[in-house]
Amino acid sequence: MIRINRRKTTVIYAILLATALLLIYAFGLLIPKDALAGSFQEAGLAPSPAHPFGTDALGRDLILRTIKGLSVSLTIGLLASLIAAVIAAVSGIAAASGIKAADACVSWIIDLVMGIPHTILVLLISFALGRGLKGLLIGIAATHWCSLARLIRAEVLQLRAQQYIMVSRRLGKSGAFILTHHLLPHLMPQFFVGLVLMLPHAILHEASISFLGFGLPPEEPAIGIILSESMRYLSAGMWWPAVLPGLTLVLIVLLVDRMGDCLQRILNPVHAQE
Amino acid sequence: MKRLIRIFLTYGIRLAALLLAVSIVSFVLVDASPVDPVTQYINGLGTAVSPEQRAEIEAYWGVDTPSVERYFNWLAGVLKGDLGESSLYRRPVSDIIGERFAGSLALMCLAWALSGIIGFSLGCLMGMYRDSWPDRILKKLCYLLSSLPTFWLGLLFLLVFSVWLGWFPIGFSAPIGVLHEDTTIGERLYHLILPALTLSLISFSQIALHTRQKLSDVLDSEYVLFAKARGEGKWTILRRHGLRNILLPALTLQFASFAELFGGSVIAENVFSYPGLGSAVSAAGLNSDVPLLLGITLFSALFVGVGNMIANLLYGIVDPRIREVGE
Repeated sequence: MIRINRRKTTVIYAILLATALLLIYAFGLLIPKDALAGSFQEAGLAPSPAHPFGTDALGRDLILRTIKGLSVSLTIGLLASLIAAVIAAVSGIAAASGIKAADACVSWIIDLVMGIPHTILVLLISFALGRGLKGLLIGIAATHWCSLARLIRAEVLQLRAQQYIMVSRRLGKSGAFILTHHLLPHLMPQFFVGLVLMLPHAILHEASISFLGFGLPPEEPAIGIILSESMRYLSAGMWWPAVLPGLTLVLIVLLVDRMGDCLQRILNPVHAQE
Repeated sequence: MKRLIRIFLTYGIRLAALLLAVSIVSFVLVDASPVDPVTQYINGLGTAVSPEQRAEIEAYWGVDTPSVERYFNWLAGVLKGDLGESSLYRRPVSDIIGERFAGSLALMCLAWALSGIIGFSLGCLMGMYRDSWPDRILKKLCYLLSSLPTFWLGLLFLLVFSVWLGWFPIGFSAPIGVLHEDTTIGERLYHLILPALTLSLISFSQIALHTRQKLSDVLDSEYVLFAKARGEGKWTILRRHGLRNILLPALTLQFASFAELFGGSVIAENVFSYPGLGSAVSAAGLNSDVPLLLGITLFSALFVGVGNMIANLLYGIVDPRIREVGE
């Protein structure tokens, strides 16, 4: 009998979750454009075996639209978190570089970003960039990097006080050498865990901004847009466009969240024993 | 007393600097927008405009003046209390903010109090009965709640309580067709319940989990062990040792969550078409109403700044441990 310890279970779990997400993503990409177009003869159908999620008021099949929307959400969420994580890493390392001005500057920018409610800041950025994908990406990235930057700053400060780094410095190694050979390898796990833990927030934010009408254009199948369209038909008793796509969004967010936890357990030695 | 004044002064200066920075950043962002506010304004007028009239409007809006100069003009107006005129509502921005904030304030206050009271008491119970099955279920529920999108929760509430059960109205702050002055407080409260509930559920899980953690830290301490040895009951320990230690952090956390509260209210107000600042800001953004957008951004930063200031003051003034370190 093969003995499976807890670490192995976590790894298997993480792989399964990642595969599930990848499948959704790939399936979303494979859906052709005309499968999303609807016919008015099938408008407003309740869920049935032919249309598991029913159809919306324009006769478009909702399950295809939802999956397409999820794959769009995942892409945007991943890109935005990636940008945010890179900003966080750069600013966190800069803040901990020992230059007082850099530290003050970064912490002041963080105060500034935290000082405006995120939704309002994303609305502003989206407005500045003329709405649409670019504004959404930059807006979400700009509001999500702060806490990871603080984490990385603290981590670098702690690392810099370690003896092996001091020895390295005494041996005459340059700052760039220490950064690339000692600091960055140490920060990698934190970076990836931070990235994945940021992902669910980014996805939720994308959905709510699209819901408000500031994100993707209305013809794009995004969860936020499906839900905001569903509002109009709510009082007519059409519950399925509101409930089912939202439920799938929540499931995906929970999946991603779970994956982040798993990754943290695998990569971060402090959490490994929990 | 002198110390208090000094603290207020420092925080006041810090807040003013932050607001100044917010005004610069938001102005730069709005200025960079490809949307032309003059065209938007003229579209809003609803009448045809001759080229001469357009030139006049452009001159009045200062299209040709450089951005920096325009910023200082705007800032000078803001300092005098003149935030400009909204192109969407055709009224001074300060009037709109004042009026809408009253609605938002009622909503946010109710949600804030609800999430604070329910979250704190649930957190206490979870901490007291740690690792029992109700605690585990509640903990799972809290994690679930924190990954629910606000607007979807609002939609579900709307669907279940308004459409299916018919207990609550679909939206707005007052019954349709009744003048604003004629609505009673009861009616307004009735229209407030669902949005407030939605909004409170966002920050609720955070405060409950935080309180649970703090309380279980306290219950693990040696002085609680000693209290148990002296024969104090569960609830006496909570009252004498627990509450004193966990109330202040919880309150601080609650004040520091003003940013999420405001952000959440934007979404909740849009779902329930509740007339407040949140629905005004998204309308302003969608209709390119620059003065209103800038005004509300600045106001939201002030709101969040005041919340953070109270949180800091609570820590610095009320908590004797930090107070003494500060001196």
